[in-house]
Amino acid sequence: MLTRRAVMFSAAAVALMLAAPALANEPKLPRQRVDLLAPPFVHAHEQATKQGPKIMEFRLTIEEKKVVLDDQGTTFQAMTFNGSMPGPLMVVHEGDYVEVTLVNPETNSMPHNVDFHAATGALGGAELSLVNPGEQVIIRWKATRTGVFVYHCAPGGPMIPWHVVSGMNGAVMVLPREGLTDGNGRPLHYDKVVYIGEQDLYVPKDEKGKYKSYDSPGDAYNDTVEVMRKLTPTHVVFNGKVGALTGKNALTARVGETVLIVHSQANRDSRPHLIGGHGDYVWETGKFANAPQTGLETWFIRGGSAGAALYTFREPGIYAYVTHNLIEAVELGATAHFKVDGKWDDDLMTQVKAPAEIPPPATN
Amino acid sequence: MLVAFKLKLALACVAGFAGPLAVAPLLSTDFSSDPASQSEQAFVELRPSTVSYRLAGDFTRAGKTAEAPLVTLRFERPISIMKHQVSASDYQRCVDAGSCRPLEAGVVIAADRPAVRVSWRDADSYADWLSRSTGWHYRLPTDEEWALAAGSRYVDDGLPVDDNDPSRGWIARYERESERRPPDDAVRPFGSFGVNENGLLDASGNVWEWTSTCFVRTALDAAGKGISNNANCGVRVAEGAHRAYVTDFIRDARAGGCAVGVPPSNLGFRLVREQDAPSSLESLSTALRKRWANVMS
Repeated sequence: MLTRRAVMFSAAAVALMLAAPALANEPKLPRQRVDLLAPPFVHAHEQATKQGPKIMEFRLTIEEKKVVLDDQGTTFQAMTFNGSMPGPLMVVHEGDYVEVTLVNPETNSMPHNVDFHAATGALGGAELSLVNPGEQVIIRWKATRTGVFVYHCAPGGPMIPWHVVSGMNGAVMVLPREGLTDGNGRPLHYDKVVYIGEQDLYVPKDEKGKYKSYDSPGDAYNDTVEVMRKLTPTHVVFNGKVGALTGKNALTARVGETVLIVHSQANRDSRPHLIGGHGDYVWETGKFANAPQTGLETWFIRGGSAGAALYTFREPGIYAYVTHNLIEAVELGATAHFKVDGKWDDDLMTQVKAPAEIPPPATN
Repeated sequence: MLVAFKLKLALACVAGFAGPLAVAPLLSTDFSSDPASQSEQAFVELRPSTVSYRLAGDFTRAGKTAEAPLVTLRFERPISIMKHQVSASDYQRCVDAGSCRPLEAGVVIAADRPAVRVSWRDADSYADWLSRSTGWHYRLPTDEEWALAAGSRYVDDGLPVDDNDPSRGWIARYERESERRPPDDAVRPFGSFGVNENGLLDASGNVWEWTSTCFVRTALDAAGKGISNNANCGVRVAEGAHRAYVTDFIRDARAGGCAVGVPPSNLGFRLVREQDAPSSLESLSTALRKRWANVMS
């Protein structure tokens, strides 16, 4: 019996023989292994660095998994890098080489690959990284451009959008060696960085209007494409689940602390807004060679890109970080919270008089 | 200093339960076995007692935002309240009778599941229909009655107010509500969230229960005496793992009432049955007719 797997293997084997890649000349640089953290957290890294370029080693293990999207128990067949939606943020410096071991365990059902928007050539690496279940591949690309960039799976044809909206995307941050600067070369330093990956999801419903559940991604495919083609998501979430970054998992900060919020959207436009705050310095297009815009209210992350916003908190309390299509923020799930400790500044905001009944009109 | 206020409140509570008990014994035994009116719904009777209660709504004291006073409520009469929330199948009977708005698609209609995704108006319609069709007076509990019924499950949502720093209260409330959040919104069979010391099932589970209490903003003077209050009855108190104020036409508060805070997982309700007998002869004959119908069938 000619199984699907056998066909995939033979096709891959043929492709490999035809490609016959030469052994890549390895740059004579020190190596550093990075252990990635699940979003919203980011692995430890330097901002400004005195070190020279290195080969930064990363491991991305693909996991197809059934996840729960909300408190109502809506399930979803997700495809993930390292088990999280989005995949982890990878941080390197300009001039580093990014060496990625992409692993597709036997337990998965489909071939996958990865396209790094920060990389050059080979469809971002996708052409050189297609792996079937049970295989792994190592690619290496040079970080020649600074900024935050999306990466996502792109196995070919209709599989591309489907994998991307199934959660298979993440971001890379390539920092300038002198660290971030404003338009005048003045250094900008963040005390903390958070990575928020926004995901648009297209979950099919049954005749009664209830979200459907599937046993495998393959089972979900046809129904999902039908919903996708209407271009209207059923959920828009941060970090993989409605409310993932709220309640006990709210992001935290202190008054006086400077936070860099990296926001990626691999497929669809978004307009982040920090309710109660601003974007002090915003790289809306996400590319650090450009001077950041300053003092923004709401910024725009074009679909297929990542952006970064720097803000120093000035008031304690609860902030909501949303996409300012408020229907998406409130009804579809695109809300995160910041819980900020510190001293209240009455000068910036105060209640002059507490709410009370409207006084009767003054009479003569 | 709050004596005047407390007395006023105690009096207000007592007034609600005044009524003749003369005819009740004749019908009460029939009542629980009358399928047309009761199905399997059982009642618990709360004995007269006192309860510590955080007044609902917003308060100002001498013109500044203040914490709601904590008072002692004294209930002089017993209160009959449903053992479990109104079931979805019971609510459906009101829908079938044309007196209630249909349940949302996806709500499980079963005798052992609560009616959820119902607004205050839906709950009020149901209470009205049940009263008309049985001849007894059913109504939503007041927030005070709910606190009495919930007993140890009632959560004091008071928070000290820092006049110079409003963020303290916001953060404290956020943390407390996050801590008490139910594991998920999945609607579970009655009893899944346990029974409290009063025999009530699932109080403060993942269903927030409507009360008749409106959102009130009360102004106190410097001594703590009530000067005035301004009620917005378009917003009602919903009780559960924490107290919530929800607009009366909202069926699904999950998306939250404002940008921050933990919203109710599900909205449902249970009813109080007034102890006094049906006041009109008509409702008495309705009940008797039903009793005969039972006997004859």
